[in-house]
Amino acid sequence: MHELAIAENIVDTVCTRAAGRPVRRVTVRIGALTAVLPDAMRLCWDLAATGTAAHGAALDLDLRPAVVFCRACRTDQRLPDMIPLCPCGSADVTVTTGRELHIVSMEVA
Amino acid sequence: MCFDDRPVVTVTLEERVLARNDDLARANRELLTARGIRAINLMSSPGSGKTTLLERTVRELRRPVAVIEGDQRTPLDADRIRAAGAPVVQVNTGAGCHLDAAMTRRALDDLDPPPGSLLFVENVGNLICPSLFDLGEHARVVIVSVTEGADKPLKYPYMFAVADLVVINKTDLLPYVDFDVDACRRHIAAVNPGATTLTVSATRGEHLPDWYAWLTDGAG
Repeated sequence: MHELAIAENIVDTVCTRAAGRPVRRVTVRIGALTAVLPDAMRLCWDLAATGTAAHGAALDLDLRPAVVFCRACRTDQRLPDMIPLCPCGSADVTVTTGRELHIVSMEVA
Repeated sequence: MCFDDRPVVTVTLEERVLARNDDLARANRELLTARGIRAINLMSSPGSGKTTLLERTVRELRRPVAVIEGDQRTPLDADRIRAAGAPVVQVNTGAGCHLDAAMTRRALDDLDPPPGSLLFVENVGNLICPSLFDLGEHARVVIVSVTEGADKPLKYPYMFAVADLVVINKTDLLPYVDFDVDACRRHIAAVNPGATTLTVSATRGEHLPDWYAWLTDGAG
């Protein structure tokens, strides 16, 4: 359950940046290749935020698919799984999205 | 509710969630590199043979070895490493399922591994969570044992995707289990085309010279 540690990291960061003001909403971007489960994040969020300046804050998740650029056929391809392989058969690919794990923004009162 | 009449404002952050861990990990890596210490993050499911491989490595490798042992509870693994002859610090994570850079730093301060040594960080037995947390290591080794099944790299791709080396352990049991080594290698290559793969038996010593050669050349 690493999502609890991730949620605690997010709460720490937003509370520090909010400098004592209550946090109402936090937007987090999660890529499909990061091993962070959206449902588990939502479950851990309230737990991590309880008793902090982010207590009761809404959590918005901006989920990004895994996309690779294939150098063989020069196209962007969305991956159905973790295997970095283009449907054309080439493994000469670069991940363009899917590794994001960012706090995008927060709303403070 | 003194804040109620304040307007709600949106603050753009665009900050990496694990920025703090990554910064601490970078500091750990710089500290270790400055002392000529190479650090290896050893990860696997529970029971794959991490500690057995380390015991043997401590006894046989011709280079000083120091170990940070991560487990949810008990000093049992640290006792085994100490008995094998290496300085060791046990980190018990309690409810935690992985080590992070801050825990590693505290353990490093306690352990104070000798300059020029090889430092192993034996992570908590878990094929998911530890893959996300940089500890400040120079290389990541994932162990999979033949009793676990050849499809583990496909079932737990995040872990195998971050490995520099995958060690297939317990090859002495191959006659007794249905494990296709070639299929396992193919699955590892599918999720991580850049990973090196070795097959060993830590209990019998089969192919351990390959492991020691990798530690000297690949990781050292």
